[in-house]
Amino acid sequence: MFESLSDRFDGIFGKLRGKGRLSESDVDEAMREIRLALLEADVNFQVVKDFVARVRERVVGQEVSASLTPGQTVVKIVDEELTGILGGETLSITFAPKPPTVVLMAGLQGSGKTTNSAKLAAWFKRQGRHPLLIGADLQRPAAVEQLKTLGGRIDVPVFSDPADPVTAARLGIEQAKATGRDVVICDTAGRLSIDEELMDEIRRISDTIEPHYTFLVIDAMTGQDAVNTAEAFHDTLELDGVILTKLDGDARGGAALSVKEVVGRPIAFASTGENLDEFDQFHPDRMANRILGMGDVLTLIEKAEEAYEEEQAEEAARRMMEGTFTFDDFLDQLQAVKKMGSLNSIVGMLPGVPKELKNTNIDDREMARVEAMVRSMTAEERTNPAIIDGSRRARIAKGSGTSASQVSQLVKQFGEMQKMMKGVMGPQFAKKKAKKNKKKAKKGSRVTASKKQRALAAKQPALQLPDLPDELLQQAGLGGDENQDVTFRLPGR
Amino acid sequence: MTTTLIIVVAVILVILALLPFLYRTFSRSGQVPGEVEAKPRPNLVDTRPADLITDDAVDTDVEVEPEVVPEAPPEPPSFFGRLGKARSVVAGYLGSVLSRGVDDDTYDELEEALIRADVGVAATTELLDALRANAKANGIKESRDLVDALKADMVERLQADRSLQQSDEGQTVWLFVGVNGVGKTTTIGKVGQQLTAEGTTVMMAAGDTFRAAAAEQLGTWAERCDAQLVRGAEGADPSSVVFDAVQAAFARDVDVVLADTAGRLHTKVNLMDELRKVRRVAEREPGVVTETLLVIDATTGQNGLTQAREFTEAVDVTGVVLTKLDGSAKGGIVFAIQNDLGIPVKLVGLGEGAHDLVEFDAAEFVDALVSEEH
Repeated sequence: MFESLSDRFDGIFGKLRGKGRLSESDVDEAMREIRLALLEADVNFQVVKDFVARVRERVVGQEVSASLTPGQTVVKIVDEELTGILGGETLSITFAPKPPTVVLMAGLQGSGKTTNSAKLAAWFKRQGRHPLLIGADLQRPAAVEQLKTLGGRIDVPVFSDPADPVTAARLGIEQAKATGRDVVICDTAGRLSIDEELMDEIRRISDTIEPHYTFLVIDAMTGQDAVNTAEAFHDTLELDGVILTKLDGDARGGAALSVKEVVGRPIAFASTGENLDEFDQFHPDRMANRILGMGDVLTLIEKAEEAYEEEQAEEAARRMMEGTFTFDDFLDQLQAVKKMGSLNSIVGMLPGVPKELKNTNIDDREMARVEAMVRSMTAEERTNPAIIDGSRRARIAKGSGTSASQVSQLVKQFGEMQKMMKGVMGPQFAKKKAKKNKKKAKKGSRVTASKKQRALAAKQPALQLPDLPDELLQQAGLGGDENQDVTFRLPGR
Repeated sequence: MTTTLIIVVAVILVILALLPFLYRTFSRSGQVPGEVEAKPRPNLVDTRPADLITDDAVDTDVEVEPEVVPEAPPEPPSFFGRLGKARSVVAGYLGSVLSRGVDDDTYDELEEALIRADVGVAATTELLDALRANAKANGIKESRDLVDALKADMVERLQADRSLQQSDEGQTVWLFVGVNGVGKTTTIGKVGQQLTAEGTTVMMAAGDTFRAAAAEQLGTWAERCDAQLVRGAEGADPSSVVFDAVQAAFARDVDVVLADTAGRLHTKVNLMDELRKVRRVAEREPGVVTETLLVIDATTGQNGLTQAREFTEAVDVTGVVLTKLDGSAKGGIVFAIQNDLGIPVKLVGLGEGAHDLVEFDAAEFVDALVSEEH
């Protein structure tokens, strides 16, 4: 999502970082570019103006720090301000002491209220709750049918009443109480913030069901108007937070930055895909890091934890360190990676990945091709790829519907990967040797380049393996002796 | 805990090891997104002078008046009048400009007004640079003259043919595309109502087989305006639905097929490929796609330009339908779209009713963008 914004910041900071001294014109130039980057990302005009003014004031008034170069200081200030704008803490949902906990969904037409009501219900279900959906959108043809279909998919009951939205909402709450449902999510019709009649209707719904949480659903692609809309809904309904949808596109998400700043309510949830489980809580601090090109390792770790079984993880880790990682293990890894989401989204969370790589559109179906090749190998070939000769290659290619040269590329690539793993994962890796590993990894990636790859690299000059391991280890607090500073939240394993 | 971290590192290594490989197999199999065959659009739009077209009687009035012009409504909707509601909420950016002479602040305020209307930084800069040159050349001293010059330039840049074309041979198909939630289905419903009100026969193709109950939604519209409907099962191949609709419409001598498609983000390669296929299949004998309309929501920001670029690259967009302009958003991005890509806005959605879909009026649109009122 915020990738292109982060690209822009990358460029701006790249110029600053190297400088030992910042002249006034350097600062002016940087501020101008930050302003431009934010405006192009649809951040509200006024918010940009204030943001740039604040950053400039802090930069000018900043004392020179002993540990940071002036360039780094600017990056730090922008990071802090950006985190502030995005909302700081993650919104934590507290449940009503006397159930049900009632949630009201509001928003413009087409922002994704119905789909996200279902997604939110699925999220509550994952938290062990028993939600009920109320279809109070009697305006759009077939909206209630849509909600019922979605409810069926996630196995959540849907209540509606054709009389009128207020009655539907009221009866829905009674239904929830009668059937012991502890969370109620009320979907409403899309409405324009300037439509007084409909705004009055949603106020009446709100007065009737007295929601514990009122969320405004906003499309990530919204432009300057996001702020007007949010303000109008906030005036009518007292919002508790925002649900940001369609984050899986390439919108730069400026609306996200503006809304918190203007109405003072955080982005509570974000929807990142069309599937009903592609929806989660929004972590502002992580997003700020991501915008600044620092990756989002925390989310990556959480996803990895969801995808891996503990024993499986330990076993794989052992094999990697010993260098006995086989194609079978590779298959296991592939499955786990698949569970973590699309390759594009995972790459987006990695720190230090060059933007050219991030912007490469990876079709996940290509992974199936790789899988087919591995599955076409015999058990012996999988443990010892060295025995794959011409005729075996031809057979594998035939079995997987690929070409012999593709097979040999895979085998070669796998060999290099094994080497890299041994280098990075060796028992000594945790201490002191991070620097050396960086060299090794770099060397590894260079050695990997076959003639063809070099030819390709010439065409795609920037497509090469980044020196990721070292950066990642430092992010993860394992980069050297700063181990004590590890503050990541790692739920009990 | 260390194990988890090790695994994360491992996962990353696996992915990174795979990336160059995936990318290569990609290019080998010829599936790099940019390389998908860019089928030249057949020359559909009738370039012959209207009086040379000789048709059978049935089609005549359709040919003479291809535009969707709402004629029947008791109160003809006024573009300007409807915008008025929105204007009063957000207007006033330019209030102080007009009371002063031209200075640097004047340009700053014009910039603010344009950016706030979602015109975008690049287009705004282009406009203001041209305005500065114009002001210097023609010695413009008064703010009001300056604003008028800006508006005149914008209207000039928005000149275009906005008529909706029908083909006199084969089966006319209008394809509606766009990202999720912009109002494609609703737009089709309104277009269908206007066409049938004029006596044009319409078949709707429920090509959105992805969103739950999308076909029901379109079905409701079809019923309201007495249009025929072709639908497939949920999850069916949209191309087959559109193909069936084209065949059925041709057999039953229906004038226009309005083909709905599922909302899709332009970044999803496989979904964009699916859309290419829908268009290709719709073009199959006797189908003739005369309009591919990109539906854009007026609240859309700078991403709208990317949407227009990507959808045009995939299915050759012929025009934009700007929906939800009756809200507080001004839809300035369509200016950038026409300025940069030459794709004109053909229809504008100003409300829930069928007659709230009207033809675009550049002068009134620009007036609303660069609003002078408090």
